[in-house]
Amino acid sequence: MSQAAEAAPASNSALAVEIVGMHKWYGEFHVLKDINLAVERRERIVICGPSGSGKSTMIRCINRLEEHQQGRIIVDGTELTGDLKKIDEVRREVGMVFQHFNLFPHLTIMENCTLAPIWVRKMPKKEAEDKAMHFLTKVKIPEQAHKYPGQLSGGQQQRVAIARALCMQPKIMLFDEPTSALDPEMVKEVLDTMVQLAQDGMTMLVVTHEMGFARQVANRVIFMDAGQIVEMNEPNEFFSHPQHERTKVFLSQILH
Amino acid sequence: MAIATHDSRIVGKERFVRATPVAELPAPVAMTGVIGWVRASLFAGPLNTILTVLTVLLLIWLVPPIIDFLFVHAVWTGADREACLPTAEHPEVGACWAFVRDRFSYFIYGSYPIPERWRVDIFFAMLAVGIFWLLWLEAPRHDLGALYFFVVVPIVSYILLTGWPLIGLRAVDTSLWGGVLVTIVVSWVGIVFSLPIGILLALGRRSNMPAVKLFSVIFIEFVRGVPLITVLFMASVMLPLFVPDAYSPDKLLRALIGIAMFASAYMAEVVRAGLQAIPKGQYEGAMAVGLGYWQMMYLIVLPQALKITIPNIVNTYIGLFKDTTLVVIVGIFDFLRTVEVSRIDPKWAAPTTSATGYVFAAIFYFIFCYGMSRYAKSVEARLGKADRR
Repeated sequence: MSQAAEAAPASNSALAVEIVGMHKWYGEFHVLKDINLAVERRERIVICGPSGSGKSTMIRCINRLEEHQQGRIIVDGTELTGDLKKIDEVRREVGMVFQHFNLFPHLTIMENCTLAPIWVRKMPKKEAEDKAMHFLTKVKIPEQAHKYPGQLSGGQQQRVAIARALCMQPKIMLFDEPTSALDPEMVKEVLDTMVQLAQDGMTMLVVTHEMGFARQVANRVIFMDAGQIVEMNEPNEFFSHPQHERTKVFLSQILH
Repeated sequence: MAIATHDSRIVGKERFVRATPVAELPAPVAMTGVIGWVRASLFAGPLNTILTVLTVLLLIWLVPPIIDFLFVHAVWTGADREACLPTAEHPEVGACWAFVRDRFSYFIYGSYPIPERWRVDIFFAMLAVGIFWLLWLEAPRHDLGALYFFVVVPIVSYILLTGWPLIGLRAVDTSLWGGVLVTIVVSWVGIVFSLPIGILLALGRRSNMPAVKLFSVIFIEFVRGVPLITVLFMASVMLPLFVPDAYSPDKLLRALIGIAMFASAYMAEVVRAGLQAIPKGQYEGAMAVGLGYWQMMYLIVLPQALKITIPNIVNTYIGLFKDTTLVVIVGIFDFLRTVEVSRIDPKWAAPTTSATGYVFAAIFYFIFCYGMSRYAKSVEARLGKADRR
């Protein structure tokens, strides 16, 4: 199962994310069981698994949208504990893209992108807007900057969400099923944006069922089931020679 | 009809490719315009038609007598009750507007000393400027407007109304205040304090911190659990029993605190409903970009929550505005009380004096409440448009 994590010392900041022996419960329900994972800088990891397997919960623990009860999570050299300062520190360095975009509907695209840099990074407004324009151009929607999220298509909204996260210049990006809520014809534009981001060297953890994307950009693919990491391998091996019985069944179900 | 050309019909297994787009046609006349409206709204069916006819009959029965009373038979001028008494030439006397004109300044200022009444006028003017500034959505510098309305006006009007002998303003005891002045002061204090305190209580009630949450819940439930009259009685009767006279605050001030507390508790529940309507994703989106709790609330959650609660907030304000009349219970002369006192004044004893006084009071309250309601409606429409953009 997990090899790298055990070997590395807990405070090794050469790692982008380090999870050691992490457990999580929802009330009585044991959602995450002994998660061990070490993500190196510039590494791209795709996490897949059946629904309810805990994959979203796991990446949401990395920016403390969910609290873990046991084990350690160290993000960019900062360990996540109850310390609010540390949590804020981590969230500043970790961008997240959600299944349902979670854009702020009462703000324009531009304001969505500049809000956090201005209020959290204390960046001057002009600079924040230049930066936002830069990233909106990168995700290919600079012309929508002054519209509201409700006026955009799902694919466009998700690209804005990516730009919004990038405006904080995060070191790590988390993607929680970024294409699952999109109409089929919009999936590609979002995936293209993510591929480009991967080529630029971003550290990425992506929960997705887009196996084409996994093959194309992932360094490692993780398969989770029932709150555990069941299999982890580089993509070619993972898809062509899955080891675990559950992985085989899952892959046979999603790859026709 | 004309659109039924052969290329829009599919018969059997015939193949079909549309060659030309179908042109847009205007909707049938019966659906639009005045005729369409009348048909759809007034005579849509038998029940609807009956209701329309009955309503028209009711209006015919009610409206002319009201107009007669308010205008046709009304007495507009006069020095005392003689003017409003029925005589041989005028057996029917309508509203005694002469009475309202005579007592008008009492209705506005109560017993506020006559040479000092300009101070009240300035207070009204300052308040009007502030309200206009904040409510007019295109007005420049809303931040300055808010500062003016929530900081400058309260301080200046406090000095102005209660007096400050040092700068030559005679002290005016609050027991002399009355009429519209008191009604406006009480409701203004209630309105200005209830929203911020209500927001804090609502956030407290949803807080993860047990102490804050417990305090908010107890405050809200306790204040909501007793009638406003009880709160006012407690403030005016019981407080002096515990606090020595010298330290006991002014009677009006005590009532103001009671009303502000009461309104805050209601506002807290209104705001909480709005907070609960904001999807979890908005909180998560805000946290994920690194916003702290107060930034998240101020920038993301409250703007959206307050927007959807505008109708309820205004509803609370309207209720509050009318509830202010309850301060008469503790001996404060609000507007309604001045009307009440005047109508039993023997100088104006006439058959229609009381009715006229109450009509005047009704008109006063209606103008304010309907004004609030219309304004809220226009804001909603505006924000609704922003949503559809």
